[in-house]
Amino acid sequence: MRARAAAVQLALVAAVLFVFWYFASNTAQNLEARKIASGFAFLSREAGFEIGEAPFLAYGAADSYARAILVGLINTFRVALVGIVLATVLGTLLGLARLSRNWLLAKLAAGYVELARNVPLLVQLFFIYAVITENFPGPRDALSPLPGVFLSNRGIAFPLLAPHAAYAWIGAALAAGAVLAWLLARWARRRQALTGQPFPVLSAGAALVLGLPLAVFLAAGAPLALDRPALQGFNFAGGAILTPEFATLLGGLTLYTAAFIAEIVRAGVQAVDRGQFEAAYSLGLPRRSTMRLVILPQALRVIIPPLTSQYLNLTKNSSLAVAIGYPDLVSIANTTMNQTGQAIEGIAIIMAVYLTISLSISALMNWYNRRIALKGARA
Amino acid sequence: MKWLRENLFGSWPSALATLAILWLAWMLVPPLVQWALVDAVWSAPDSRPCRAAGAGACWALIAEKHRFILFGTYPYEQHWRPGLGILVLFALYVASAMRRFWRARLALAWLGGLALIGWLMWGGVAGLSYVENERWGGLMLTLLLATFGIAFAFPISILLALGRRSRLPVVRALSVLWIELVRGVPLISLLFMASVMLPLFLPEGVSIDKLLRALIAMIVFAAAYLAEVVRGGLQAIPHGQEEAADALGLPYWRKTLFVILPQALRIAIPPLVNTFIAFFKDTSLVVIIGLFDLLTSIKVALGEPAWSGFGVEAYIFASLVYFAFCFAMSRYSQNLERDLERSRTHVLREN
Repeated sequence: MRARAAAVQLALVAAVLFVFWYFASNTAQNLEARKIASGFAFLSREAGFEIGEAPFLAYGAADSYARAILVGLINTFRVALVGIVLATVLGTLLGLARLSRNWLLAKLAAGYVELARNVPLLVQLFFIYAVITENFPGPRDALSPLPGVFLSNRGIAFPLLAPHAAYAWIGAALAAGAVLAWLLARWARRRQALTGQPFPVLSAGAALVLGLPLAVFLAAGAPLALDRPALQGFNFAGGAILTPEFATLLGGLTLYTAAFIAEIVRAGVQAVDRGQFEAAYSLGLPRRSTMRLVILPQALRVIIPPLTSQYLNLTKNSSLAVAIGYPDLVSIANTTMNQTGQAIEGIAIIMAVYLTISLSISALMNWYNRRIALKGARA
Repeated sequence: MKWLRENLFGSWPSALATLAILWLAWMLVPPLVQWALVDAVWSAPDSRPCRAAGAGACWALIAEKHRFILFGTYPYEQHWRPGLGILVLFALYVASAMRRFWRARLALAWLGGLALIGWLMWGGVAGLSYVENERWGGLMLTLLLATFGIAFAFPISILLALGRRSRLPVVRALSVLWIELVRGVPLISLLFMASVMLPLFLPEGVSIDKLLRALIAMIVFAAAYLAEVVRGGLQAIPHGQEEAADALGLPYWRKTLFVILPQALRIAIPPLVNTFIAFFKDTSLVVIIGLFDLLTSIKVALGEPAWSGFGVEAYIFASLVYFAFCFAMSRYSQNLERDLERSRTHVLREN
């Protein structure tokens, strides 16, 4: 029995190695025949193509391929992070709306969830892109649903706070407040464990986290100047402008993923047994404490693992950018492959980036799951 | 009245929400109906009537291009062949959905049906002219990609799921490697790999056509996701089943085939159908590598100057087609789940 198992495994390893060797030797021959040098030396060559949007990192056609790919990576993270925040908010609202006692609201949310889940994301992206580029008016007669916000076929322009020196200090105050609140919570927990005296951690912590930045904000003279977009020539200038590509991708990813998150939130809330509410009430816990100490921790245990995999899906789905021309990692790597012929290296870069993201998130998840797992429960 | 009071005006916030929704509906629904139905242009030889002032949705685009959207660039006078093929596929789908056909003979029906479709599509023998698969397209290609993708990925996924639980370290490591690598990267990177890297892997002079290459990538992709679903089913089997089979002295493959898998797959059917839905939606990604599926043919139809600018109508139509398939599958999976749940509790009670 032992010997057979060893033989089977040995044969398997040999077969896999042979296939790899076969592919590698063919590839080497093919590359030689096409006069393509393998390796990552091309990364330092001049890219020679412009990128539509390169925030945070200045980029021009004279820069290297490595820098172009870095810009793509930043664009991927930009759309994915904003998308995750928006999809979580919208998804939670939709999930709670589905549980609402209001029949109309519940049915509306359910209808939306069914619709968004059963149409491919790519079709939704094409649809939104068609709406923006074919049906929105030109910048000259842009729609203005709110003062200072303009919708046109060149994208969405909206006002932004004008930069001010105090903002950095407000950020620092926010961080300091968060650290202090965390220390306070630790101290309060220990004191309650020792003496049984509770401490209003939530309100004190909120006061620290919000109060400190607010104090700095007021001390600096409440700088609230807005940088408004204004029509200049054929497009808007000033404020912030979401290009049609970015707006499409962000909107599509948000609307699609929110529908999946809604189902997760709904299932999580429904998974908490009714008896838990009743038990908490009969112990005399007030409603807020019941939610915070009894219901939410149990609902979150059900919600968080699938929620993380939705975040990963959203990040992977952001690669559909290539279909509508948003310069994310995949579309820039694709341009690079077409220009240089370095297909293997290009695909290796794409895969390495996504694998790093996926594997580090799953490692984090496993750690978290072990932490929140029911004590004594079998995994 | 009582229903209204309880379900629409139960509390102040609820009443406000109801009023807000009714107001939105009042604002949005009439213009939408006006655009989509009343003012719509249903048929026209070209887009001129659609571009006239006051014209609504241009459904004439769909009416004019429906053959192209269904069958792509397949020779026009031969369209009855993919048409018949779609009917055969539908018959197979419906038969597979009915539990009384869940017999070994169903697999034979699938083999026969797929062979028949292959003959219809390719032709070349028994009186049908040969049509190379570069000309296959439209909805038919989407259905073929989805069907053949699942048909090949499913058996592989069972092997991967068993491999991941195997006691042999090499088998386990290779299965984990396949599953985690594929699930960690976007499908589009696999499709790129198939379209630009795969040709480099093969010796000079040997080439696989684009359709087959994309299909290989889709199979590799789907197998990894299905494997995790199958593994979920395997984990749900009580340990006693395996021990009982061991106690009877059944060797590994007989134990797996006759005791473990039938139970595990039955549990896994609802999540399997959900994965099929996701895979069906994912077939639309082949548009990026230029394969001529449903979405590509709609995009190409829009690319003609005569019909450009009607993307909204075209993609609403595409959404409806995908929605019809996915919604049917998801409803089916929900019903099945309820049935299986009921029969299981029934059995438990009888014991």
